[in-house]
Formats: sequence, structure tokens, C-alpha cells
Amino acid sequence: MYNFDVEKPTSIADAVKALSRDEAQPLSGGQTLIPTLKARLAMPSVLVSLSGISEMRGVRLADDGRLCIGGGTVHRTVAQEAETHYPGLASLAARIGDPAVRNRGTIGGSVANNDPSACYPAGVLASGATIVTNSREIEADNFFQGMFSTALEEGEIVTEVKFPIPEKARYEKFIQPASRFPLVAAFVAKFNDGVRVAVTGASENGVFRWTEAETALSADFSAKALEGLKLDGGSMISDLHGSGTYRAHLVGVMTKRAVLGLI
Amino acid sequence: MTQVKMTVNGKAASGDVEGRTLLASFLRENLGLTGTHIGCDTSQCGACLVHVNGEAIKACTMLAVEAEGADVKTIESMANADGSLNVLQQAFQDHHGLQCGFCTPGMIMSASALLKDNPKPTEAEVRHYLDGNICRCTGYHNIVKAIMAASGQDVSALAAE
Ligand SMILES: Cc1cc2nc3c(=O)[nH]c(=O)nc-3n(C[C@H](O)[C@H](O)[C@H](O)COP(=O)(O)OP(=O)(O)OC[C@H]3O[C@@H](n4cnc5c(N)ncnc54)[C@H](O)[C@@H]3O)c2cc1C
Ligand code: FES
Ligand code: FES
Repeated sequence: MYNFDVEKPTSIADAVKALSRDEAQPLSGGQTLIPTLKARLAMPSVLVSLSGISEMRGVRLADDGRLCIGGGTVHRTVAQEAETHYPGLASLAARIGDPAVRNRGTIGGSVANNDPSACYPAGVLASGATIVTNSREIEADNFFQGMFSTALEEGEIVTEVKFPIPEKARYEKFIQPASRFPLVAAFVAKFNDGVRVAVTGASENGVFRWTEAETALSADFSAKALEGLKLDGGSMISDLHGSGTYRAHLVGVMTKRAVLGLI
Repeated sequence: MTQVKMTVNGKAASGDVEGRTLLASFLRENLGLTGTHIGCDTSQCGACLVHVNGEAIKACTMLAVEAEGADVKTIESMANADGSLNVLQQAFQDHHGLQCGFCTPGMIMSASALLKDNPKPTEAEVRHYLDGNICRCTGYHNIVKAIMAASGQDVSALAAE
């Protein structure tokens, strides 16, 4: 790693100020950023550690019924504290990486990074959640903008994610055992006015909504409704772990398993 | 350089570190606690696993300055006060839970974090918890067996696969 300074603000306001310094970058759990720095793929001169900001941590049910998770909340806490309100999301958090990763990695870091195989983006997009930053609120549909790319501006911090709670939801993850990330995973959320399906690990453009499946499932919430629906393998990630055609097939299988688990 | 202070294995520890100094390097190089191993250095293998404020953490993926004020425990704190192996360590020896021993400090720290939360885990729970600890030698079976035995469960029925 190249060397850098570390700042440890204790409020969002101080963090934003620290991030206005030249070449400054936020550090949350470091579970993605520290390996990236070791590989010298980034060379910030200042890391602004967000882990000391208590106003960015915690899981609470808001008056409007949404589940609000502070951007600095680690996966382990979400797995434990979201369980009674939104078990589908808690179960996603409980299966990220391994126990030590879950003790450090945060929801804010995960959505800001938008790894094309990350778990949270699927849960956030399928729930129709809202990403709250230090300066505005962004709908999930506008937030994720392709592989490792989001609507965040330079120096903008994810402070909270607000989840509408569906009637029921399930995350099906086909694990890639070497990385512990999904090879492909699907999150199916059934609301009283329709179904949302988000897929991670598959597309060259990162997380996406599988709208054909949403339409079919909104009309008839059954595995049969998915029969005959096909995705194009040509726009899917193709690597040594699986071809695009294989991934496209897995999307169907994971979505079907999620639906079967909910009926 | 910044000064960091923390409690390591019950004793006050401090040292001058750079921003980029990893907790694993601080433990090994500043404090001479070389039981914390660095295997992959890419957050994958768990050989560097320690406890920070009671939680399992990969010391190769945490900056030393972030452990300021924390209570850190390493493999060097695991033996009994008289220097004999603790129950978990002894179980690894009895059940042949190690071969080269490189992964063992991480395995012991991970297993002790598990047993603290879940004193009588099932075999499946042990295997799931060890997702982040890689062993190149044993094939895991005897590690799982040792952890089950250390939790006071009968392991005679756990056949080798
Ligand atoms: C072995 C291993 C297995 C893993 N398995 C999975 C898995 O199965 N599924 C999965 O989804 N992830 C997995 N991860 C990734 C893990 O969940 C990361 O913790 C997460 O992606 C990043 O969160 P972080 O808090 O560690 O962020 P960091 O690594 O600290 O930061 C990541 C990026 O986001 C930026 N950032 C951080 N916080 C914020 C914020 N609040 N606002 C704006 N920008 C911010 C940083 O500048 C950096 O660019 C795994 C990681 C490891 C090491
Ligand atoms: S050395 Fe830290 S996880 Fe491998
Ligand atoms: S005993 Fe050799 S790596 Fe586990």
C-alpha cells in the first residue's frame, strides 16, 4: 500500500469536511477498500474513517413503516436486528462473506462500491429502497448505474438506507465458493401492489431488475409463471467461473427457488 | 507517524505507526506477537484472525489506527494461566486438527468466537462459521471434530468422510 493519512471524524458533518481534502476517500469496514489499496488500484492521500460516527449506525423502524439502516451498520448487526422486521433482508446480510467480513463490512460501503456480484445491491433494488446521503435522497432505481458505478458524487457519503418492507421476500444466493460472493443471486420481494425482482452477479451492467419476471409474478405469484422466460446470455458476465449462458440460466433457477420458498 | 494505544491480551500496548500499518503488522512487528499469521494478505484465508472488542476480525484487513483504544486478543492469550493448552487447543491436538499448523491460530480464534456465541454448535454450524478460515492440509474434518469435542459434544459418531 502507498501511505496515507487517516482521519477519524465523529459526525457526518466533520466527515464531509474531511472528505473535501484533496485525494480523500471514505473508509468503512475496509473489507473491499483495504485489499484494493494493497493491490495499488487506488492511491488516496487521506482515508476518512466513518466507523467512529455513531449517528450512522443502527437499525430502526421509522414511523412510516420503513426499516432504516445507518450507512455504517455492519452486516452482522443487520442480520441480527432486521430479523423481526424484515427477515428476507436479515438473511441476505447473514450470508455475506464470512463471520469476520460481517463483523466489519457495512451496508454503506457495499452499496457505494456496487460490485457487480455484491449481495446488498440486489436487496436494495428489489425492495425499492431509498439511499440517503449527507446531501439528498436517491431512489434505488436511479442509484445503481452499472458495474462499480453509482449516482454518488465525489465526497458524498451514504448515511442511511430506507427499506419499504414487503409482504414477503427471499434472497437466493448461488455461492462462488472461492470468493464467497454470489456467482448469481436473485432477490424477490412481493408487495401488495406487485413483485420486484433484482439480480446480482449476472449482468455486465451490474445489478438489474428482471422486469419480465416481475410482470409475470405480479400477475401470478407461482413458479409456473416463470416458465418460458429467458434472459440473453450475451449481455451476462462470462469468466472462468461460468459462461454468460450458464449465468442467464442460473438467474431463472435462483428466481424460481426464491418464489418456491415463498409459497 | 501516529501513536496508537490499545489493550493486547490484557496488557496496555502502544507504538508509532503509519496510516497504512495493518493491525496484523502492528501485532507481529511492533509487539513481536507472531502467532497471528499472514497467509493470503487479501482477506480470504483467516490465518490473521484475532478478536477486537470480542469480535472475530481479520487483522490483515484492519488498520492499526482503527484499533485505537480497543481490546485485542490474539492466539498468545489462549493458553491457560499455567501455560498448558486450553480446552480448544488441547482438542485440536487430541483430534489431529492440525498438520502444518499455519492456519491453526486463526482456526482457534475463529472457533473460540463461535463457541462464545453458540456453546453447542451443530456440525453444519461449525462448517458454516469456518467459511472464512482456509486450511490447505487437514481437509477440515478433524478441525470440525476438535471444535465439536471442545464444546463438550460426543464426536465418536462423526465419521471421517
Ligand atoms: C472474503 C470476502 C467475502 C465477501 N463476500 C461478500 C459477499 O458474499 N457479498 C457481498 O455483497 N459482499 C461480500 N464481500 C464484500 C463486503 O461485504 C464488503 O464489506 C463491502 O462490499 C464493502 O463494505 P465496507 O464497509 O467494507 O467498505 P470499504 O471497503 O471500507 O469501502 C468500499 C468502497 O466504498 C466507499 N465507501 C465506504 N463507505 C461509504 C459510505 N458510507 N458512503 C460512500 N462511500 C463509501 C469507499 O471509499 C470504497 O470505495 C466480501 C468481502 C470479503 C473480503
Ligand atoms: S492473512 Fe488475513 S485473511 Fe489471509
Ligand atoms: S494445518 Fe496446514 S494449513 Fe491448516
